[in-house]
Amino acid sequence: MVEEESVRVVRCGGSELNFRRAVFSADSKYIFCVSGDFVKVHSTATEECVHILQGHRNLVTGIQLNPNNHLQLYSCSFDGTVKLWDYVDGILIKTFVVGLKLHALFTLPSAEDSVFVIINKEKPDVFQLVSVKLPKSSSQEIEAKELSFVLDYINQSPKCIAFGNEGEYVAAVRDFYLSVYFFKKKTTSRFTLSSSRNKKHAKNNFTCVACHPKEDCIATGHKDGKIRLWRNFDDDKKYTYTCLHWHHDMVMDLAFSVTGTSLLSGGRESVLVEWRDATEKNKEFLPRLGATIEHISVSPAGDLFCTSHSDNKIIVIHRNLEASAVIQGLVKDSNIFTGLMVDPRTKALVLNGKPGHLQFYSLQHDKQLYNLDIIQQEYINDYGLIQIELTKAAFGCYGNWLATVEQRQEKETELELQMKLWMYNKKTQGFVLNTKVNMPHEDHITALCFCNAEKFENPTLVTSSKDGHFKVWILTDDSDIYKKAVGWTCDFVGSYHKYQATNCCFSEDGSLLAVSFEEIVTIWDSETWELKCTFCQRAGKIRHLCFGRLTCSKYLLGATENGILCCWNLLSCALFVFKPSEPRPLYIQKNISREEVQWGVFVPRDVPESFTSEAYQWLNRSQFYFLTKSQSLLTFSTKSPEEKLTPTSKQLLAEESLPTTPFYFILGKHREQQDEKINEAFESELVQLPLTENIPAISELLHTPAHVLPSASFLCSKFVSSLLLSKETKSGEEIPEDVDMEEGKESDDSDEENDFTEKIQDTNNTDLGEDLLHQLSKSEEKELRKFRKVDYSWITVL
Amino acid sequence: MAGYKPVAIQTYPVLGEKITQDTLYWNNYKTPVQIKEFGAVSKVDFSPQPPYNYAVTASSRIHIYGRYSQEPIKTFSRFKDTAYCATFRQDGRLLVAGSEDGGVQLFDITGRAPLRHFEGHTKAVHTVDFTADKYHVVSGADDYTVKLWDIPNSKEILTFKEHSDYVRCGCASKLNPDLFVTGSYDHTLKMFDARTNKSVISVEHGQPVESVLLFPSGGLLVSAGGRYVKIWDVLKGGQLLVSLKNHHKTVTCLYLSSSGQRLLSGSLDRKVKIYSTTSYKVVHSFDYAASILSLALAHEDETIVVGMTNGILSVKHRKSEAKKDSLPRRRRPAYRTFIKGKNYMKQRDDILINRPSKKHLELYDRDLKNFRVSKALDRVLEPSCTIKTPEITVSIIKELNRRGVLANALAGRDEKEISRVLNFLIRNLSQPRFAPVLINAAEIIIDIYLPVIGQSPVVDKKFLLLQGLVEKEIDYQRELLETLGMMDMLFATMTRKESTSVWQHASDGFLENKKVES
Repeated sequence: MVEEESVRVVRCGGSELNFRRAVFSADSKYIFCVSGDFVKVHSTATEECVHILQGHRNLVTGIQLNPNNHLQLYSCSFDGTVKLWDYVDGILIKTFVVGLKLHALFTLPSAEDSVFVIINKEKPDVFQLVSVKLPKSSSQEIEAKELSFVLDYINQSPKCIAFGNEGEYVAAVRDFYLSVYFFKKKTTSRFTLSSSRNKKHAKNNFTCVACHPKEDCIATGHKDGKIRLWRNFDDDKKYTYTCLHWHHDMVMDLAFSVTGTSLLSGGRESVLVEWRDATEKNKEFLPRLGATIEHISVSPAGDLFCTSHSDNKIIVIHRNLEASAVIQGLVKDSNIFTGLMVDPRTKALVLNGKPGHLQFYSLQHDKQLYNLDIIQQEYINDYGLIQIELTKAAFGCYGNWLATVEQRQEKETELELQMKLWMYNKKTQGFVLNTKVNMPHEDHITALCFCNAEKFENPTLVTSSKDGHFKVWILTDDSDIYKKAVGWTCDFVGSYHKYQATNCCFSEDGSLLAVSFEEIVTIWDSETWELKCTFCQRAGKIRHLCFGRLTCSKYLLGATENGILCCWNLLSCALFVFKPSEPRPLYIQKNISREEVQWGVFVPRDVPESFTSEAYQWLNRSQFYFLTKSQSLLTFSTKSPEEKLTPTSKQLLAEESLPTTPFYFILGKHREQQDEKINEAFESELVQLPLTENIPAISELLHTPAHVLPSASFLCSKFVSSLLLSKETKSGEEIPEDVDMEEGKESDDSDEENDFTEKIQDTNNTDLGEDLLHQLSKSEEKELRKFRKVDYSWITVL
Repeated sequence: MAGYKPVAIQTYPVLGEKITQDTLYWNNYKTPVQIKEFGAVSKVDFSPQPPYNYAVTASSRIHIYGRYSQEPIKTFSRFKDTAYCATFRQDGRLLVAGSEDGGVQLFDITGRAPLRHFEGHTKAVHTVDFTADKYHVVSGADDYTVKLWDIPNSKEILTFKEHSDYVRCGCASKLNPDLFVTGSYDHTLKMFDARTNKSVISVEHGQPVESVLLFPSGGLLVSAGGRYVKIWDVLKGGQLLVSLKNHHKTVTCLYLSSSGQRLLSGSLDRKVKIYSTTSYKVVHSFDYAASILSLALAHEDETIVVGMTNGILSVKHRKSEAKKDSLPRRRRPAYRTFIKGKNYMKQRDDILINRPSKKHLELYDRDLKNFRVSKALDRVLEPSCTIKTPEITVSIIKELNRRGVLANALAGRDEKEISRVLNFLIRNLSQPRFAPVLINAAEIIIDIYLPVIGQSPVVDKKFLLLQGLVEKEIDYQRELLETLGMMDMLFATMTRKESTSVWQHASDGFLENKKVES
């Protein structure tokens, strides 16, 4: 199945869901959100991603429902096209090529054949709102160059444009003024607030605008937290405004409910405020939404709201202000201090999540599993506040222990450090805080490392710090006659000539500990904590340190600050120095992404692939994921993105079409499992499955009342034969193989166990040469067996 | 969404002893009553029957005290030489004692003259005991022999000459009338059976045995000698179960608490240690003024009597269960309000939905939840909080600092309020665990109230006090640093192979504060 294909970069998560306002479908069943180059369609009830609409070649900047057909969706992108989608089936209907960078998209029911877009034509900072006439044509790709100018010098954000009262006027805000363009009169009125020169109104800037759906009323949000409601703005002189003030920081977005009776606002406080009847007294709150509210949108049916948050999540909220669903992407924290890790238990990617949390992100399903609250303190989202940062984390002992370090530094000398050790609780399937260590070191902790060797029955943790010490922590029995408890205590403190300890690493068997002190690497015996030897080099300070695995366990690798890789042979104490580009790297891919790559991690595969070409062998057992500066998660893959996504979306389609009966719950589950097993090659069989249920004999059996049926023994043979009829030819050939399959399965299992250990080791060793070739034939063999197994798994279901 | 997370109160290791059930139980005694005896108190024994009198053997006298009397209610003084080991019979009517001259005397506790006089030992008899059938007496003497006497005939029944040194302690089984154990200075413990004429079990303790004890079940044997207390399993033929080494000097006496759950040992190091008999860990210990020779507990652990080498008898009585006079309680709703719906049985198709339990928030948390920062600070500056739980106050100050509102919370206070804050600072600033947080708060206070200084003599005085405190602390730190320097020099002269470094204790937090003050 796997042909030799070129390896390419595949985006697999982490793109922003909160870039633009989310849009509800007309029946509030689906919610659409932009996500990088794609548009994602989620179900509002289950939070599940139903479709990914892909086709744009650059960032999608706006989505709107087609006002003339509620089952269609317009989207615009930086690539200069407006696309029309059928979101129910996830099909691209039409592409309109505008040819300019489109920054936002608006539709109006009154303007049937045109949409409004924001473009910048001449200067980079001058944006215009133009209406684009979408020509009617049957072809797939249509040029739409007929632009008519509406408003000039506007803000590029779609939050600063609003169409009001069924498209009679459009309001736009920028800096200190509000401009309103009336379509009928074709005039623009402009209202200016007292500007920044006046100190009292220093933060009077407009930030967002919303228009009342029924009345002539415009709501504007301001930087100082005020909301102004404008009326009578069709007259330049007689206009009035009233002020609503609750937010203490910038108002990020405003939205009117469908009927216009209430106004929703949100900001940095992460509180959704509902103003009833546009009065200051009558307001409701939904507090602690977790992060800054970036956008608010309202479903056309009026029963749901949704808020997009800066931590890359969308919360679907009921009319009565109760959160009903959370669509969470990869949380974007400002800084990924912890780097990328893999949870040995769930194989999930682990990194900084919400403030003070660690997020577990499943790569297989491209969704967040859960957030682990590490800091456990009320999060105050306020500008300029120094927060406690989760700086380091490490998993140990096959996922049984998790060590985290948090710090807060207000001034140079005032450092608050805390180390926490979490134990995995099998009963609750989560991590439970075991030990809290205040100020484990006197300065920043630079590295954490667990000893993962099997022979160590006692878990061991090493921390290295800038204060020049490294400490060894061990798990000790803390129980007395009153209770049973275990806790971590410091066992040993080591240092080397008052140099800063920068890195630490245990060897594979746990017998040696390497600690780097700036430019020097020291090797310690982990039994006695004696200094065994030191390695010095001139290449610069050590940035990373790592022992080899498996056959290479005698080597110690160190990466220095000026881009040199050092390798020590621990048996002969010899040093090899090489630059990463010099001795023929295994694989180089250039131009992988637009931004700088910040972190990378190898993730072991569940099912090893079998690339035969030498260049891709490193992809066999593990996959390399990396995170760019804008925090989108990318990986290398040979499969095309469509292929990757098919199983889940197909399955969902099937689910949609089936009625929800108790049988469905039983059968549907079954089919789900089956789906995963079946490859694309056997899709035809899958489609046939429902047909078997329509065999007349079965329906007869099921629909006739029991008391009029003949005896079961009489029916049985008839019933069975009716089942056999359609499949006769196939089952005949395949039954002899049955025994074989059983055996295959067994050996498969044992193989996988072996592979598992090797897979992990592989993550660091890409040059295992011969070893791999030998196993390759094995895995190929297994692949073949799997085909056979798949072949008739559907029979067993019947 | 997620609810309000209460402020994490920093927990600090509790200084001193850990409070456990045992410390509560064993500390629940009144201050000891001290009774002066004529010589070292070598044995204390409680009568097993009410009113639980106890016999104290000291010098050549045996005193019998009532439970609460400080004067002896009876005295046996007809000994020519030192008396040893006055022991009650199980019914509390008879008392037996050995003496330095080798005689064993049996007394009726109502009479004065001895009922029986067992002659046979040639040297001092240090241990005597009644057997379980009440009609025999076991005695061990310095002539290395152990003898069994018949009370009705006042005759010697058996003599065991298996020990090779002084026999100094012994104990008869409470279940089997024929079994008894003796310990000797030849480092052995021997269990004798009166039905045979030799020892059935012999174990090596390793030190001269000072005291032995059989568990009521007879299954375990405890011996004390040297610094060790050893537990032996009799049913396994005298296998060593545990060896405890918790005393600094020779352990002289052993006793079991009335429940059998705790074992007490007294030692010449002036301590009584209490062990759990399930884990054999020390759960509590008492200190006494002199080396301890004897120890006994009354029925139900009501009284602890300890005899010491300086002739002082220390008697501790358990505090009587304080009858808490129940306050007139607030009238509660009727019982049926609580029981309403509680006994409802779930039907087959019902889905039980519990009412979400309401999270209880502390008052300061409620204030913080609503961003009333000054109010929250006021709450934790109440004297009840600052004295009992200063860590809560410090945690709230830290939390306010984290939220960036500490200055707001501290500002705008009048004389009374600011002096309350200053009082707290003066009390706690020099504590190393609170210092980093409180120094920061002190800096902020000085910044805020510097312009108005001199307007209130009360506050000025407090500031001066604080300054003096800080100066004193700086001096301490300087001295400590000097000492550390000296120690470093000493360590540096020592040639050491491994390059493990010395811990540094210098906290320079206080040095910064100097800048602020000056």
